[in-house]
Amino acid sequence: MIQLIQVVVVLFALFAFSRALLRFKDRKISAKEFTAWTILWAAAIVVILLPGTTFFFANILGITRGADFVVYVSIIALFYLVFRLYVKIDGVERNLTKLVREISISKGKKK
Amino acid sequence: MNIYIVIAAYNEEKSIVNVIKSLKKEGYHNIVVVDDGSEDKTYEICKKQGIYALKHAINRGQGAALKTGIDFALEEGADMIVTFDADGQHKADEIKRLTTPIEKGEVDVCLGSRFLDNKTKVPPMKKLTLKAGILFTKIFSGIKLTDTHNGFRAFSRKAAEKIKITQDRMEHASEIIDEIAKKHIKFKEVPVTIIYSEYAKAKGQSIFNSIKIVLKLVISKLAR
Repeated sequence: MIQLIQVVVVLFALFAFSRALLRFKDRKISAKEFTAWTILWAAAIVVILLPGTTFFFANILGITRGADFVVYVSIIALFYLVFRLYVKIDGVERNLTKLVREISISKGKKK
Repeated sequence: MNIYIVIAAYNEEKSIVNVIKSLKKEGYHNIVVVDDGSEDKTYEICKKQGIYALKHAINRGQGAALKTGIDFALEEGADMIVTFDADGQHKADEIKRLTTPIEKGEVDVCLGSRFLDNKTKVPPMKKLTLKAGILFTKIFSGIKLTDTHNGFRAFSRKAAEKIKITQDRMEHASEIIDEIAKKHIKFKEVPVTIIYSEYAKAKGQSIFNSIKIVLKLVISKLAR
């Protein structure tokens, strides 16, 4: 018996995958990034259609419920992504300052 | 001695001319004002003063602006660099107090302190914030100072080249002290007077902001 949530998640995962595919075709993301997104969305589809698979992994890690396993993994992944973004934005900010500095110094030669 | 005065200014059109005039009166003519993307006429006013006027196209923070000014002064061949506030808090006739020990070769950095004599009347809330800053510096950098976050400083060329300012915003004040500690740069504190005009008070750091600064510093130290 297919639940509504399964349909929604599968459709969304397919939509998200198609976006990733388009970005890859436009060379906006690398093959590595595209592979990572493909695995993520494929995993989402597998997990939502065959909830039993999560139980298998949960069991290995000593977690009782499959759904808990999914939540834990998702939160860890999100934290990691936020950290990556933080580092990236920090780098962008520094580069921006460098650029602003270079321009102001090169224009400010005369007294 | 080729002394350069570096001023970071953000929306200071009301005070900057008087600050520049007071510096010139004391015989300082190598004045670098870095306009940090002001929305007012700070830059236009500075350009007419016969000084070095630099402009950040967008606001990047006081730390970033000071570093721009310091980099520029070094390129121009400065032997000594003095950082000075744009809001009229500092007294130009006290610059000598900071530059003399460096000129004599006693130290490489002089830091202005408002707590070494009793001339400065510090508002009570401000005092509390500053004392917390002093304690924080002690823990963070291991240096015991009588005043931190005082923008009145003098650096020898050697020290200015060594100290790396990477924090764009207000965190740079702690970063400078941290750099002095880490790189074992010889420094001393010198008494200076801070004039708390209504204008300067309104421009100063609030307690809320100070807490934000501490958080930012701790995170950046952990992330490194």
